[in-house]
Amino acid sequence: MERKEWPLWEVFIRSRNGLDHKHCGSVHAPDARMALQVARDVYTRRLEGVSIWVVKASDIVASDPDAKPELFDPAEDKIYRHPTFYKLPDEVNHM
Amino acid sequence: MSQQHLEYVLRLGDNALILGQRLSEWCGRAPVIEEDLALANMALDLIGQARLLLTHAGKLEGKGRDEDQLAFLRVERDYRNLTLTELPNHDFGRTTVRNFLFSAFQVLLWERLARSTDTELAAIAAKSLKEARYHLNHSAEWVIRLGDGTAESQLRTQAALDYLWPYMAELFSADAADAAVAAAGIGPAWSELEAAWQASVLPVLEEATLTVPANTPFRSQGRLGRHSEHMGHLLATLQHMQRTYPGAQW
Repeated sequence: MERKEWPLWEVFIRSRNGLDHKHCGSVHAPDARMALQVARDVYTRRLEGVSIWVVKASDIVASDPDAKPELFDPAEDKIYRHPTFYKLPDEVNHM
Repeated sequence: MSQQHLEYVLRLGDNALILGQRLSEWCGRAPVIEEDLALANMALDLIGQARLLLTHAGKLEGKGRDEDQLAFLRVERDYRNLTLTELPNHDFGRTTVRNFLFSAFQVLLWERLARSTDTELAAIAAKSLKEARYHLNHSAEWVIRLGDGTAESQLRTQAALDYLWPYMAELFSADAADAAVAAAGIGPAWSELEAAWQASVLPVLEEATLTVPANTPFRSQGRLGRHSEHMGHLLATLQHMQRTYPGAQW
């Protein structure tokens, strides 16, 4: 099937009690409004209280897997960068 | 009165049942997976409405018939659905245009029925209204995309509208059962909804660059039990299990 008029959209959903939008998949749709409509069917089963973002897949810029070392490898030799040794007061949760 | 009340509820239930059955035929056959799920969703919404309405109709009738008996064991002449709902799906264009024309009507009907003096019916209407609004949104968006789409999709959507439009006249023709129910405050006579229906439908058709067909004298009579040649085939499929294994439950 001709797909040039059915671009791919990435779908991000925040569930009712969720704190942030999570990527949950993709859909094909002719435009943003239809992408929202079908994302609702495919990924939310129309539960109340969810928020949906759709983004055209071509608008997403991804990091290069080959650049992994310089981007993500933690500086193991700079141990002071990791806040492992700090003692947190009891009132501070979720760190 | 109770006979006309029953008639009115049966019409609502049979519309939902028969269109739900038609939409379920799309399962695994829709143009894209997204639409396959959407059509199945809408079919299930309609079957859900049909279950509530037929159960209610069974109680109004008072002969101990439940939803299954009403759904699966009536003869063709006893079904009260609009002819519109039993027409074959044909292509995605025709299915979408029918969903659009019908759900625009359903939204208006459920809005009014949510205030029905029949409290059971009012509760069903309040639940169904949310679903019908979603069906209307979904199908209206598609009517616009298809009508205003490629040359082929424009052609097919216009053909669908031309084919289906004459069947809408049945909804809005005056009818004795309708009038009696309206007089009793149970629900609107469907003809009262025509102006609001046009106001909801015409702007979408215009945005879709479709031409509204001229009205014709043709009146289908499904809600009187006089059905098209398609109904028997639909019922054969729908009733097959109950006819083969009477009383089967799942």
